[in-house]
Amino acid sequence: MSERDAILAGLRAALPYGTPPVLDFSVMEEKRWNPCERTARLRRCMAAVKTEFLDAGPLDWPQAVVDLVLREGLDNLLFGPHTSEGRQLAAAWPAQGPRLIAYDHPVESFKQELFTGVAAGFTTTLGGIAETGGLLLTPGPLEPRLLSLVPPVHLALLRADRIFDTLFQAFRELGWNQSLPNNALVISGPSKTADIEQTLAYGVHGPKRLIVVLVG
Amino acid sequence: MSIEPSSLEIDFLASSTLALADPQLRRNFRRAMDGLMAKRAACFPDPAEWTRTQALGAAIRAKNLLILPELLERLERNLTKNGITVHWAGTVDQANQTVLELLQARGAKALVKGKSMVSEEMGLNHFLAAHGIEALESDLGEYIIQLDGEMPSHIIMPAIHKNKDQIARLFSERIKHAKYTEEVDELTAMARAVLRQKFLDADAGLSGVNFAVAETGTLCLVENEGNGRMSTHVPRLHIALMGLEKVVERLEEVAPLYSLLTRSATGQAISTYLNLISGPRGGGEQDGPREVHLVILDNGRSRIYQDPELRTTLACIRCGACMNHCPVYTRIGGHAYQAVYPGPIGSILTPQVEGVGLRHELPHASSLCGACEEVCPVKIPITHLLIRLRRESSHSRPGGTVLGAGTARSGLEDLAWAMWGWVLGHPGAYRISSWCATRFGRLLPAGLPLLAAWTRTRSKPLPGRRSLQERARAKGVPHV
Repeated sequence: MSERDAILAGLRAALPYGTPPVLDFSVMEEKRWNPCERTARLRRCMAAVKTEFLDAGPLDWPQAVVDLVLREGLDNLLFGPHTSEGRQLAAAWPAQGPRLIAYDHPVESFKQELFTGVAAGFTTTLGGIAETGGLLLTPGPLEPRLLSLVPPVHLALLRADRIFDTLFQAFRELGWNQSLPNNALVISGPSKTADIEQTLAYGVHGPKRLIVVLVG
Repeated sequence: MSIEPSSLEIDFLASSTLALADPQLRRNFRRAMDGLMAKRAACFPDPAEWTRTQALGAAIRAKNLLILPELLERLERNLTKNGITVHWAGTVDQANQTVLELLQARGAKALVKGKSMVSEEMGLNHFLAAHGIEALESDLGEYIIQLDGEMPSHIIMPAIHKNKDQIARLFSERIKHAKYTEEVDELTAMARAVLRQKFLDADAGLSGVNFAVAETGTLCLVENEGNGRMSTHVPRLHIALMGLEKVVERLEEVAPLYSLLTRSATGQAISTYLNLISGPRGGGEQDGPREVHLVILDNGRSRIYQDPELRTTLACIRCGACMNHCPVYTRIGGHAYQAVYPGPIGSILTPQVEGVGLRHELPHASSLCGACEEVCPVKIPITHLLIRLRRESSHSRPGGTVLGAGTARSGLEDLAWAMWGWVLGHPGAYRISSWCATRFGRLLPAGLPLLAAWTRTRSKPLPGRRSLQERARAKGVPHV
């Protein structure tokens, strides 16, 4: 018998015990806020863990990102060029500005540069979570997984009308129980640790700064 | 390299006595546990919300355990469909062998690890080192204790027993070109610099699994540092390890469990990252691992599963709240347990995995105050299980499934109970013995064998001068 079959047979040998409990999700479902409260709550929760916010309009956000990059003196910005937001950003990018690097080739071809030479990464998001703060991302061919992880600064575009009440609601409404992309993420702030004497320190392995470009 | 639990002589009395005598250790733990308890409490401000979410968490885990074999098969099917290879291991030796073969077949020499308690259970680092493969811990706490050749002392915060001065000294001695600093930000930056290079160079990454979702074939990883994402997304090979109890049926069940986990563990409403992995690098993707493998470990869990009461041990989501609130753990720290899982959950899990004979002292490492049970987000009846395992270790039951049941039986204890029973069954003998105890009990020297074990650190208990029966009779209570 294979290891697998032996383990499963062992589990099946246990006597049936109890009846399946009814799962009452009402405590999750009841958590609701109106749109204004959702945005305010997300901001408050994420700011509490050192996330920064940049407010922008639906048309001028690319310019707001350019201004931010110039203001912060970032040397370059890595982005996914094939999303519609990526195209908008590239169109607004100043010819003489810092380098805008397209992440549309296999990581193996520029791994060293990604780890040591990239100042910031820009990604879109699928939405946010009001209850706890948090951004929903589905990295993939258009926006690779390491774009939101390796650069020391992560700029994330969030549309205020895409903020869900809870993660539970997001799971249901996005239909993720039907199909999930190879990778899906919830990100609630810059990377942090409290492993030394429970003292919070930011920027341990992932981004040191998370800046949400909030389009309202 | 990590110290193997099996290489230590198991003696809880000795190790806990030693820990109690270390004032620095006790200060470090007291401070840390007070902080963790306060942070958790602040995350559950509404008692009704807590009770309902806890009830939901408990129901989800109970339901999933009820249909565990079906869920595991479904998980395997969906993971396979997603391109993730599933391996099964009955024992830690088999799990180690599986990991080794995966690494060797790909010529991997350096493995970078996200946090995995199952890998601690396996003694994986030690095993791989013996085969010439470097396994580097990348969680900051795990990295710290690996530098010092220690085991984790807490399942969530492995280096909680150390203060920053101790870590400062350790870094300045063990990290090349490191200067001495006690600034937490600078210490963190040092570890970041070392480990970034390791992520870049590693041939393979390894991680644990917080929840595995059967319906979608997804591995969920909860973390704050980003080292889990680094370990699972940068190297070309990702190996995930999980105990077979970690599976949940539906994705939506992850939401309440995740909320309970982060709030109970570290007092956070949400962790920095929730990483849902449902496949290796797909067509058109520019990064991510080329291969993802999952090793499902049994290591005694299917035996624990046989007993309807003890099975509840497997509901655990490894938040560590039980240890944070345990008066025993807070005083002796994690290492005194000489086990991978310390604290109340360890005291019920370790004896079941390693044998209630070998580990008979652990179920007694509790005052049965019930604080652990009160904060357990999935309502594991920890105190009941502690009492049950105390009984199992010294009074085996025929046909039981508990490893080593009855092997800690003591002739002296049996004799004491037999005499006690006989005296209670004979009114004449009972009257004589209680008369003797009330008249002469106070005269017993504190240093008497057996009594000395109690009086060494406590004052001697004094019996009343008259028995209850005598006093009742003196008051004219009839029929006594």
